[in-house]
Parts: sequence; C-alpha cells; structure tokens
Amino acid sequence: MDFWFSEQHTKDVKLSIRVDRQVYSGKSDLQRIDVFDTPAFGRMLVLDGYLMLTEKDEFIYHEMITHVPMAVHPHVKDVLVIGAGDGGVVRELARYPEIERIDLAEIDEQVIEISRKYLPFTASKLDDPRVHIYIEDGVKFVRRRKEEYDLIVVDSTDPFGPGEGLFSREFYGSCFKALREDGIMVNQHESPFYEQDALAMQRAHKRIIESFPFSRIYQAHIPTYPSGHWLFGFSTKKYHPLRDLDEARWNARHLSCRYYTTTLHRGAFYLPAYVEELLTDVEEKR
Amino acid sequence: MDKRQQERAPVYEALEKFSKMRVVPFDVPGHKRGRGNPELARLLGEKCVSMDVNSMKPLDNLCHPVSVIRDAEQLAADAFGAAHAFLMVGGTTSAVQSMVMSAVKAGEKIILPRNVHRSVVCALVLCGAIPVYVDPDCDADLGIPLGMRTDRLREAIERTPDAKAVLVNNPTYYGICSDIRTIVQMAHAHGMLVLADEAHGTHFYFGEDMPVSAMAAGADLAAVSMHKSGGSLTQSSLLLAGPNANADYVRQIINLTQTTSASYLLLSSLDISRRNLALRGKEAFAAVTELADYAREEINDIGDWYAFSKERVNGDSIFDFDRTKLSVHTLNVGLAGIEVYDILRDEYDIQIEFGDLGNILAYLSIGDRKRDVERLVSALSEIRRLYGKTRAGMMQNEYIPPDVAVTPQFAFYAPKESLPIEQTAGCICSEFVMCYPPGIPILAPGERVTDKILDYIRYAKEKGCQMTGPEDAKIEKLNVLKM
Repeated sequence: MDFWFSEQHTKDVKLSIRVDRQVYSGKSDLQRIDVFDTPAFGRMLVLDGYLMLTEKDEFIYHEMITHVPMAVHPHVKDVLVIGAGDGGVVRELARYPEIERIDLAEIDEQVIEISRKYLPFTASKLDDPRVHIYIEDGVKFVRRRKEEYDLIVVDSTDPFGPGEGLFSREFYGSCFKALREDGIMVNQHESPFYEQDALAMQRAHKRIIESFPFSRIYQAHIPTYPSGHWLFGFSTKKYHPLRDLDEARWNARHLSCRYYTTTLHRGAFYLPAYVEELLTDVEEKR
Repeated sequence: MDKRQQERAPVYEALEKFSKMRVVPFDVPGHKRGRGNPELARLLGEKCVSMDVNSMKPLDNLCHPVSVIRDAEQLAADAFGAAHAFLMVGGTTSAVQSMVMSAVKAGEKIILPRNVHRSVVCALVLCGAIPVYVDPDCDADLGIPLGMRTDRLREAIERTPDAKAVLVNNPTYYGICSDIRTIVQMAHAHGMLVLADEAHGTHFYFGEDMPVSAMAAGADLAAVSMHKSGGSLTQSSLLLAGPNANADYVRQIINLTQTTSASYLLLSSLDISRRNLALRGKEAFAAVTELADYAREEINDIGDWYAFSKERVNGDSIFDFDRTKLSVHTLNVGLAGIEVYDILRDEYDIQIEFGDLGNILAYLSIGDRKRDVERLVSALSEIRRLYGKTRAGMMQNEYIPPDVAVTPQFAFYAPKESLPIEQTAGCICSEFVMCYPPGIPILAPGERVTDKILDYIRYAKEKGCQMTGPEDAKIEKLNVLKM
C-alpha cells in the first residue's frame, strides 16, 4: 500500500511525506483536523490540508519563536500566546520560572483537545498552573487588553484561512496597545521564497511597521515548511534584538536546546540579500 | 408559501438542461460559449460564459414570459407574498423606475420623502410627474434622515389631494422603517397607490422578528434588491405587485426601458436566490441579525462609537429598525463618517458600504463570517486609539427643504446655462447634485438653489464626500435654467 500525504507549496510544487497510518481525522466548526504517523517525521498535525507541525522538526519553530525574545527581554512576567493550540510555544515558555502568567488565546478548542490527546510532545505543559486557556479569536482577545503583557507570541497559521485576521493592521495595532512600554511581539512571519508566501510576508511586515516603531526579521530552517526557509518577526517598543541580547544571562540558565543558541540568535538576524530587498521595498514605500 | 413548490428553480433547471443538449449556437451572444473570447472565459470560467446565452424557446423570454421565466416569477410572487413578481435585470433602479412610471404620468403628483434614491427622481425626469416632498425628519443626534411621519404625510395628502401615489422607503439605507401599514391605510383611503422602495429590505420577507414587508403591509408595488441582502448577482432585482396593481400594464411599462437581451446569469441567480431564501432564509437572517447585534455590542463597548439599533425607535419617524443594518455614528470619535470609511479602506483593507458626514454603514449579509466582524471591530478600536479627536467643529447632516419651482422633467430639458456654483443662489437648478453614497439628492432638477445648500455642498466636498450628478465633475459650475 502506497499512502502519502502531499501539501501543495505552490501550484507547481508539492511536498509529499509517506504516511504510516492516519491517527485522527475530524472537523471542527472552523477547519478540518488530521493527525498522521509518518516514518520520516513521526507524528504530524495537519489543519485544512496544511502541515502545522511534525514531531521531528517542531523543536526548531518552537525554540526560535520563544527563546529569541526571552534572551532579550530582561524581565518577562506576563505572556500572551495567540494561536498555538498544539502547546509547543507554551512548553518552551514554561521552562522560565520567572514567567508568572501565560494566557493562551486559541480560536479552535478542538485543536487543543486533539493536541492533548495525540501530541503529548507539544501539549505537555498546557496544564501548567500558570497557563490560562481562552477559546477566543485572537483578534478579539487582544483588542480588549491594554498594557498588560511583556511578550506576545503570535503563532498563527497561514494568512489564507481562519488565521487571516492575525496578519492585519488592526491586530498588530491591538498587540502594540496590549504590550507594556518595553514589550516585545514575536510573530510567525511566513517564508520569503515562493511568490505567494513572499507577498504575504511583505504584507505582514508592512502592517507591523505601521504599528511598531521598530521591527526586525529573523530566520530559521524548517524542513517541512514551504521552501524550508522560514521567518519570524521581532517587533519591539524598546529592546533591540541584538544590542539588548544578554548572552551570559541566558546561558546561565542552562536550558538545553537543540536549535537555539545565543550565537545562532545573532546569526539569525543576518538575512539573505533578496530577503533584505523584499523588506526594504516595503519600508521605503512607507 | 408552498415550500414544496419553492424547491424548484425553473430558469436554473432549464439552463442546466439546455447546457446538456450541446446545441450549436448560430445566435447571439457572439462569444459563442466563450470560445470567441478566451481571455474573458479564463477570467469568468468556462461554466459562467457557457451559461451566458440568449432568449430562446427552451429558456423563455423576459419581455413576454410564457414558460420557465413565468414559472420563476410565479414562484417568486408566492415566496414574497405578492400577487405578481417581475424578474428585473437592470438593477433595482429599473424596478424603481418601472414602479414609479406605472403609478404616475406627466403632470400627475406623487408624494415622496426627500431621502429617496436618485432612481426615483430620475423616473420623474423620464415620466414628467410632479414630486411633492415630505420632510423626512432628521435625528438630531445622529444627523441622518428618518422615516416618513404619518402627520407629515397627512398634511401632504391634504395639501395635494389629487396626488396619485405615495412612495415610501422600507427601510432607508440606514435601516429606518416608517409606519408603512398606516401609510397604506391613509393613502388607500384617498385613492392613492403605495409604492415601496425596498432596495434594502429583501430579508423582511423571510426573516423572523423583522420589520413588516411592503406586500404584507398592503402596498401596491415594491422594488426589492435581491442582489443586496438576497444574495443574487449584482444588477438583478425584483418588482413585486399587490392584488390591486394592473400587472399587464406594469409589464408594458417595464418593457419600455428594459433590455431585450436579458442576461441568464442574472435571471438564474434570481431564481436560485429566491429558492434559497424561501427554504433557508429564516435561519440565515437570524444568523445575520445575531452577528449584527454582536458587532454592535462590541463596537459600543470600545467607547465613543455609537452603533445604534432598536432603542432609537420612537413610534413614528423611526417606527421600526432593521437590526441587520450595522450603522455606526462616528462624530464622538471626532471623525466624519466618510473619513472613517476612507481610513478603513486605505489603512485596514476593509471596504464598508458607505460613510456620510456622521455615520458609517457596514453591510452585513448571509455571506459574513464572525472573524471578519472581529476585524472590523478591532479596526474601529484602533482608529479611535490612533485618530480619535474631540468632537468640536463638526457639522451635522441637515434637512434642507427643497423648493420645487418646476417639474424635474421641464428643468432637465429646458434651455440652461453653466454658472460658477457660488453665483447660483436663487437660480433654478437643472441637474442633480448628490452626495454619494447614500445617493440622496441635495438638489434635483427644477429646484431653487439657496445659500444654505451652497454651504452644504462646500462642506461635503471638503470632507471628501463623493459628489456626483452635475455635468461639471468637479462641481465648480452648475447648470441652471436661463432666466
């Protein structure tokens, strides 16, 4: 039996992963949810046909979206995580004892339930007493918050489905408002390579710099995401992602990571020339 | 309404059947199922262009319907509780004009509220009837024109007992309803017909807890924009007739100005939408109302914005309110509605229906999703945070009673001259000046220009309202009657 999962990365490119078995398939009010076991990438979560994470490479994404801001901001107490119902971001955040509160706003309760049941490797810390789960559209949740978070992590899906609103100017503006005066927002920033993704990436950057005084992009290599080259946004009211990086302080924590190091942190902000160009294009048009 | 019958969609079924027959086309349209225009076929899709066909025996003819179109019209009439229904393909503008021209002819009088759509006044230019305007009352807080007060209508009827018809908006663009039942009683008691512009009221016929529809209230004719809340394609519409209207005469009037090449894309969209509304409209509009109520709650929670609803009902000029309309008063945020409209589009990629001087209207319908409403609400929250000012120095919409000096038709065709607008006070205007949207005339052909009107035009231009109508697109000059 030949059983493959394929994801269309563009209309002319697709990635196929051999499937061992389908562990779960169901529909929530918002989307179709599938869980597969695969020989190459272990267990994987798929929403509406789009690959969200695999057991083998999720550490890259979750470490990079969490430890980069945590190594910069000197005193993070209150964190808001938007999306991320799989629990991966929360798992990484839970490693920091000084964090007092982690609010998780996920629009689809089913994603959390399925993750608890089938993805214990990411959902492991969803029951941490500091974690408060809100089943709510992130756009709405953050609209009602004012100056109460040190860090906001936007772990959105692609901007072509239920996550569309998480790429809008009104959303980023609301995040700015919800952050304290030295707050940081980190967001999933799409890929620069394929045309459609690059356009979404530019659009997101445009919408962010309209709301934040300072925003930089950093990168990681995620094998199962389109083109493998993935970006994150680092938007801030005060701290600089490199100048305010406190390597000694972070390394003294002795957190073991498989992707993130403070040296990589520096390197991650040095972008390929064509990506710089895509971003300058947007910045100059302002 | 016979629900079993409503499951049918005769025009749609005939089109499906026709497409399977693989008939060789030696008739119009010349693109021949899209083959002659591949770029268009790529844009619209093969299916769409292959359905763009001409009237023929199996598909009936809109000018003289005898088979599938007649059946579709009968089903529509049954669904809307009307005696007759006419499928229209020239927009609700054509439905309104046919309705007016069916009721009045040259020299006859028609009573109407000033906040009528431009299509009504255009109909008067065409047919030569004389408008008798009723001051629609203006809400002092919101600065919007309201419904027709029954005491004002009584005065107008006493003043012009020879009027042939009364026209009423059901509802206005903002969702305001007049007491149409009483208006029908008063008009009928004086032998006048009642015409309803229901461009914004299709859902009244299907939703629960909605304001009363024109047909249910006993009106004689109603123009219903199926393409607005009904879900059919843009430019498709319905004209409904009550039991006392002469349907054959109405058909003749329609045929005066209607195309003889009616689009089957539009006709089938009317057919499918009617079926959909008849079978599922109740649930669909309950969901729209709930979404609009939710949006109002969230918007009012932000502060300063005022998304109004049934609390404005006053038993007369606001007899009822259409809760599916999401109108938001903007002046307390320190912004004109038109400014908010522009900011939403330019900065937030959100297109709303219109902004006037003090309000915006976001059109909610059967296609809306909650997450899009969240975006709109968040955008309003952000606009208040980033652009909010104090209210000072803002001018309100205001009713300026028109001085009808000659009929619209006479003024439109009379010898005229073009004068700089500042010099036109006291002259008789020969063209329209509209603030668009919502398309309510500031001046109509035949009306005297006053200083107050000139002030209003200047202000609306400054605020960025789209002014249309005059020959001079910049509205620096105005055509007036030669003295």
